[in-house]
Amino acid sequence: MTAEQVVGRLRTGMTLGIGGWGSRRKPMALVRALLRSGITDLTVVSYGGPDVGLLAAAGRIRTLVAPFATLDSVPLEPHFTAARQRGAFDLVELDEAMFMWGLTAAAQRLPFLPVRAGLGSDVMKVNPHLRTVTSPYEDAEELVAVPALRLDAALVHLNRADPQGNAQYLGPDPYFDDLFCQAAAASYVSCERIVDTADLLKEAGPQTLLVKRAFVNGVVQTPNGAHFTSCVPDHERDEAFQQAYARAARDPDAWQRFTERFLSGDEEAYQAAVKAFHAEQPS
Amino acid sequence: MSSGGTTTGVTRAEYCVVACAEAWRHAGEVLAAPMGTVPAVGARLAKLTFAPDLLLTDGEALLIGDVPALGARPQVVEGWLPYRQHLALVATGRRHVMMGASQIDRHGNQNISCIGDWARPARQLLGVRGAPINTLNNPTSYWVPKHSPRVFVEQVDMVCGVGYDRAAEAGWSATRFHHVPEVISNLGVFDFATPDHTMRLRSRHPGVTVEQILAATGFALTVPGDVPYTREPTTEELRLVREVIDPKGARDREVPA
Repeated sequence: MTAEQVVGRLRTGMTLGIGGWGSRRKPMALVRALLRSGITDLTVVSYGGPDVGLLAAAGRIRTLVAPFATLDSVPLEPHFTAARQRGAFDLVELDEAMFMWGLTAAAQRLPFLPVRAGLGSDVMKVNPHLRTVTSPYEDAEELVAVPALRLDAALVHLNRADPQGNAQYLGPDPYFDDLFCQAAAASYVSCERIVDTADLLKEAGPQTLLVKRAFVNGVVQTPNGAHFTSCVPDHERDEAFQQAYARAARDPDAWQRFTERFLSGDEEAYQAAVKAFHAEQPS
Repeated sequence: MSSGGTTTGVTRAEYCVVACAEAWRHAGEVLAAPMGTVPAVGARLAKLTFAPDLLLTDGEALLIGDVPALGARPQVVEGWLPYRQHLALVATGRRHVMMGASQIDRHGNQNISCIGDWARPARQLLGVRGAPINTLNNPTSYWVPKHSPRVFVEQVDMVCGVGYDRAAEAGWSATRFHHVPEVISNLGVFDFATPDHTMRLRSRHPGVTVEQILAATGFALTVPGDVPYTREPTTEELRLVREVIDPKGARDREVPA
């Protein structure tokens, strides 16, 4: 598939899960393709990074479900903070672990899973839809019933995949990409390189085969497709570019120029503009 | 230079490092999860001296088997702790985390999410992150590099990390594993060892007066009759901090002398 074909399967108003974590292994090429489409009114479910930032800046998010949005080496995601401060979308603010158990519940077709996290915190207050559940056993503990985070579609980016959708991570952390795919009605994997199934174990052991083809509806090869987030060992986070992104995001005129330079063309134009950006940097 | 109280040339940042390290002295064989530079130096100091059983990460998915300088890659890896396992580890309780706090109140409620009305905040910050699960499952201490009335507030704008009063209100499931041992700032060390679990001044760093701490605190702080100084680092601790753990002096950028 192409990134455009993936986006062609998405619809306005969908609940969309986006894999990775913060500014790490985000399916940015797919997000950029989404930005080039007219799809909007999304409920975005994400351990948020610049995926959330870009979609928020473009006004595509109706509701965000997230425990945070960050660029990691830049603690605050400037588009996320600005969007929150102007009330641009509704927020379902969950604890990191509540989020994980919500995805797990969806993957396991459960209505909810019980967790201790959330009790006593204002997560319960700002999410009046959250309920507690009482243990039916002797302890009778009252716990939070985290509702399943079911997704209409999931977008994830991995290091390798075969054409059938068996996808592999080669870095130190799988994040939650398999859970996103299992929690979604349809999942799309972008990857640094599509390889033959027979070659999947040439670079690493079987435990790196994170996503199974039964949960994948399409595979796209997008080299440097997580840019500017990290996708080790294929590429580190592009810190210089991320700095430029964050600076531009804090100023409307600068953001206009950034958009024109980097986000007005297709993925090939984006990657070429990034190369040109680095050629200009003092070494 | 620190403004007196000692003659050893120990900087304020180094007193803070020692105070943070002390938070893990009796933690046992658990993950020390420091957030911020000074807590990271403190956790490594604790591991190299009086708490050798601590587990430490590289800040990402690896448990490190050696204690490299800040920013240096470990030479030895002893385990794997990706985010999914890290979140699951929290629920086992085998962890003592030291988080930051944009706001903290006298009951130990902490906020890192946003300032102002949550529905439309004046200033959006990080979000709740893992503060709710941390505080209900494993000991959670806090590090505040710049003690001020804007941080030490009467009431936080959004309760992310749960304090003693809110845990008690929520009931036994919330209090069962709840423990906020310490708050460490650039001015002193604080705990909740009072009958109603409100914040108490335990020690002040050399060079800091009680009046200075009270002026920088936006709520009624319990102050014992005699407030000791935070302890001095040993010569060996100072050598480890300065030469082994933080030779580039990152601690001084977080807490200027």
